[in-house]
Amino acid sequence: MSAAHSALAEQFRDMEQQREASSLGMWVFLVTEIMFFGGLFLVYTVARAMHPAAFAAASRHLDVTLGGINTAVLIVSSLTMALAVYAAQVGRRRRLMGFLALTMALGCTFLIIKGFEYADKFHHHLVPGSGFSFPGAEASPAEMFFSLYFAMTGLHALHMIIGVGLVAVLLVHAGRGRYTAEYHTPVEISGLYWHFVDIIWIFLFPLLYLIDIHH
Amino acid sequence: MQGGLPLFPERASTMARHVDALFFYLLGVSLFISLLILVLIIVFSIKYRRRASNEIGAPLGGSMKLEVFWMVIPFLLCMVMFGWGASLFMAMQRPPPQAMEIYVVGKQWMWKLQHPEGQMEINELHVPVGRDIKLTMTSEDVIHDFFVPAFRVKSDVLPGRYTSIWFRPTKPGRYHLFCSQYCGTNHAVMGGWVTVMEPADFEAWMSGGPTQGSLAEAGAKLFRELACNNCHVSSGQGRGPSLVGLYGSIVRLEGGATVVADDNYLRESILNPRAKIVAGYKADMPVFQGLVNEEQLLELIAYIQSLAPPPAASGQPGAAAESHPPAPATKKLQ
Amino acid sequence: MSSPATAPALRRETYLNVSFGVKSWLLTTDHKRIALLYLVSITLFFFLGGFFAVLIRLHLLTPEGSLVTAETYNKLFTMHGVVMIFFFLIPSIPAVLGNFLIPLMIGAKDLAFPRLNLASWYIFNLAALFTLYTVITGGVDTGWTFYTPYSSLYSNTHVVPTIVGIFFAGFSSILTGLNFIVTIHTMRAPGMTWFRLPLFVWTHYATSLIMVLGTPVVAITLTLVAVERIFHLAIFNPALGGDPLLFQHLFWFYSHPAVYIMVLPAMGVTTELITAFARKKLFGYHFVAAASLGIAVIGFFVWAHHMFVAGLSPYAAMIFSILSYLVAIPSAVKVFNWTATLYKGSVSWATPMLYGLGFIGLFVMGGMTGLFLAALGLDVHVHDTYFVVAHFHYIMVGGAVMGYLGGLHYWWPKISGRLYPEALARFAAIVLFVGFNLTFFPQFILGYLGMPRRYHAYPPEFQVLNVLSTAGASILGVGYLLPMFYLVWSMRYGPIAGSNPWPATGLEWQTPSPPPPHNFDRTPVVTWEPYDFAGRADLQYPVPRPEPQMFQPAAHD
Repeated sequence: MSAAHSALAEQFRDMEQQREASSLGMWVFLVTEIMFFGGLFLVYTVARAMHPAAFAAASRHLDVTLGGINTAVLIVSSLTMALAVYAAQVGRRRRLMGFLALTMALGCTFLIIKGFEYADKFHHHLVPGSGFSFPGAEASPAEMFFSLYFAMTGLHALHMIIGVGLVAVLLVHAGRGRYTAEYHTPVEISGLYWHFVDIIWIFLFPLLYLIDIHH
Repeated sequence: MQGGLPLFPERASTMARHVDALFFYLLGVSLFISLLILVLIIVFSIKYRRRASNEIGAPLGGSMKLEVFWMVIPFLLCMVMFGWGASLFMAMQRPPPQAMEIYVVGKQWMWKLQHPEGQMEINELHVPVGRDIKLTMTSEDVIHDFFVPAFRVKSDVLPGRYTSIWFRPTKPGRYHLFCSQYCGTNHAVMGGWVTVMEPADFEAWMSGGPTQGSLAEAGAKLFRELACNNCHVSSGQGRGPSLVGLYGSIVRLEGGATVVADDNYLRESILNPRAKIVAGYKADMPVFQGLVNEEQLLELIAYIQSLAPPPAASGQPGAAAESHPPAPATKKLQ
Repeated sequence: MSSPATAPALRRETYLNVSFGVKSWLLTTDHKRIALLYLVSITLFFFLGGFFAVLIRLHLLTPEGSLVTAETYNKLFTMHGVVMIFFFLIPSIPAVLGNFLIPLMIGAKDLAFPRLNLASWYIFNLAALFTLYTVITGGVDTGWTFYTPYSSLYSNTHVVPTIVGIFFAGFSSILTGLNFIVTIHTMRAPGMTWFRLPLFVWTHYATSLIMVLGTPVVAITLTLVAVERIFHLAIFNPALGGDPLLFQHLFWFYSHPAVYIMVLPAMGVTTELITAFARKKLFGYHFVAAASLGIAVIGFFVWAHHMFVAGLSPYAAMIFSILSYLVAIPSAVKVFNWTATLYKGSVSWATPMLYGLGFIGLFVMGGMTGLFLAALGLDVHVHDTYFVVAHFHYIMVGGAVMGYLGGLHYWWPKISGRLYPEALARFAAIVLFVGFNLTFFPQFILGYLGMPRRYHAYPPEFQVLNVLSTAGASILGVGYLLPMFYLVWSMRYGPIAGSNPWPATGLEWQTPSPPPPHNFDRTPVVTWEPYDFAGRADLQYPVPRPEPQMFQPAAHD
């Protein structure tokens, strides 16, 4: 029995069917994720349309530099993930492991920077709740901005943590030589997930950090 | 057991007749189609009932003509329902211009109703027969809903904004008033009665009760107490725009947009003045959110509404429009 | 009556006897066993929700309310709605019948992701635990619609645990939908083209689309309500600049299509029943299949018809009114095609067919009254009254539950390998139909008279109709208890069913009853069109004899 054959789950007829099912499954899952984030984006749009000035004022309290660095980190991590998928396709195990490790490191870097940003918001009483205080006229719409900031970036960070976990599992499996040029579907679909999470950030960054950048 | 078995609600407004007509059209169409299907099912089930256990049906696949037929006919019937329903709805949405205006505040679990002359009622509303009545409504807490089945009118009553309904009672009597949007524990008892009276009786009722002056007078007093008059002077030379003739007019905003100065606009401009800045003025009016309650807001709005435009300014809706004929859609229904 | 020990057919390896013990069930990845696990879970919830309904109807016997306080009544109707919608109706047909049948119908060994399937049952039960916790510790009183600001600011009941429960139930439903979509796309047997799929599979495909696209939105929305409640945020709170109508938009964006999650699978079941018991090709197969997708797609654009009197702009209201009428057309297409299928058929009056015909009747009434609600000027009067309550019970109970029970009877021989007692089952079906109409028809009249929904007390003139409704509910209750008893009884004592007792044309009838663990001994190859009785030489009809008549014991007794 070949290595590829042992990875075939019993409900499938052949490897092709299994690969197709896994990949379609991930795409459908990503569609549900879009709807999930979509609800938040809609709430954001309505709230910002109601209170444009307050959102601009509140946005100025976010750190554009750190946000920009994080954007760059994620874009590079998408590149390393794509290179990892390519390495898996051509069956280069050491390169696959190297790029997976690099992707994981970049993901962790993003999360650490995000952690510093969150700590800064706590320090400046910008976390919604009883301790919130905002130096401006429209404190409650500003609080709404920060609620959405934490909801959206928090949900994104949760997805990043899951993504880093996924890549860690891939790394272990790759170390055991489970992925070959014939069988590497888990790497491919995890790659899809990783790119999706990056794309969400590409939307979050301008919507949250760059509202008032022209001033 | 009390109350008998009523099958049809009382009809006590001009709108009721029209709603019922649409209802009977729908009832007719649905009865026809339902009975048609029922009869076909029963006839087919009996006529083509299985007579032997190895019998099978005729191999019929379908018919394009029939499919098109039973898509197009229901579609056309539905479009009639849509058009009829929509035109009725538009008539319900447009109160006639001379309507007598009553302010309604809902709160858990009571209705406060305020006549423009100052009479205030709780869970009771007295109105004269044959007059157009417009209710401007808001809520102090959760979403409520003002529903008078005999008038066939209903609207949610929301916190933070105004909604309105109008009706013209046609028959003296006492009619149920219900809250029909679930609002908490005593939702079912948040109701009362609407009493429709002959005009003469209504006049007597109006002059009978104690009153603290009209709503607009109370608003004028509050206007001075809150020192609004320091900036909003009628000459237009103050720090704020003049409010004379403002109600119902079109206001040009900073940035070129325009807005109609209706109840919701005035409400927002009092509570949160920075939301919309009038062109040519600075954003320096203080925020009144939390400083005036719902009833005081209604007094202020009634006062602003009472500030008639100067005689020279014509062509603006509001008080000056009294001589205009009603809008066509409303006229059809009276 | 044959006992299991003497039945040679049962010595064959089936999904039921392949392994024994609690562990073999709780860790199974077999879609058929998972379907039975769901059957147990949702039956418990059906009777819990039914218990609340009984209390509601008893309370409404007298105008002042005869049983409980206002607070308790509000909790009763809320819990009735939450349990019945999220824990019974939404999972009912898809998670039980869909789970069991989709792989069998398309000729697959299992769903594409069997472990995900088991996980979704566990997630469903986790959700159920949260909901039971809420019930036990005092309930929730917001209505199943959770309208803000009442739910986020004013209610002091267990809103957050209920929302957590619904969130997880939704997650379970997403995973089921995802599994179905991938399975239907990639796991079809050779020769099973899209237009050879049974309509049951088409409607489940449409349902899965709604589950996958709609459920995440309600999940995030309810999460925001919970977060707003915990941290006193301002997203839906008008006092702090939020918008309570935004909640309603987001909520109904899912919860209106959710109605189609409930009724589309029942339409699929009905199509199977009508064709099998008229022994005839479905009239207009392509139109019925397209109508399923049409309902799912248009169903996403009609949500604001729940908000016509909520302060929506009149122009928005018009758009949503016209779209609501458009979604009625595919439903009408289905009804007409079912009726036409009976024409020149060989119509049997077996129990599943009674449910199928009952479904059409009740669905037509539910659908027709939906047209009343979509007419803007009329909706103003009937919105939030018992007219709406009657309308959606006709769709969800008259429609979805009739379909569910009809399907359960039809496929019971496949699921259990046994036949149910025919005469008793026909009797139960008729009791249900009569009881249902007695319960809910008076509510249409109550609604037009103006009785608002969610009232624990009402003016005395509404009493007669309320008493009628309660009387009907007691008959309905009997109708629901009967099948539970005789179906359980038949699992052990019912006559052995062959692999294709009716007989019907679907692939699920090509394999023995109950099916072997991997469904088919070898992968079937499909060469025939769906429901083609005339073109199928392989179907074994019983020896020619007169059909048993109504109310006589069936021949096997």
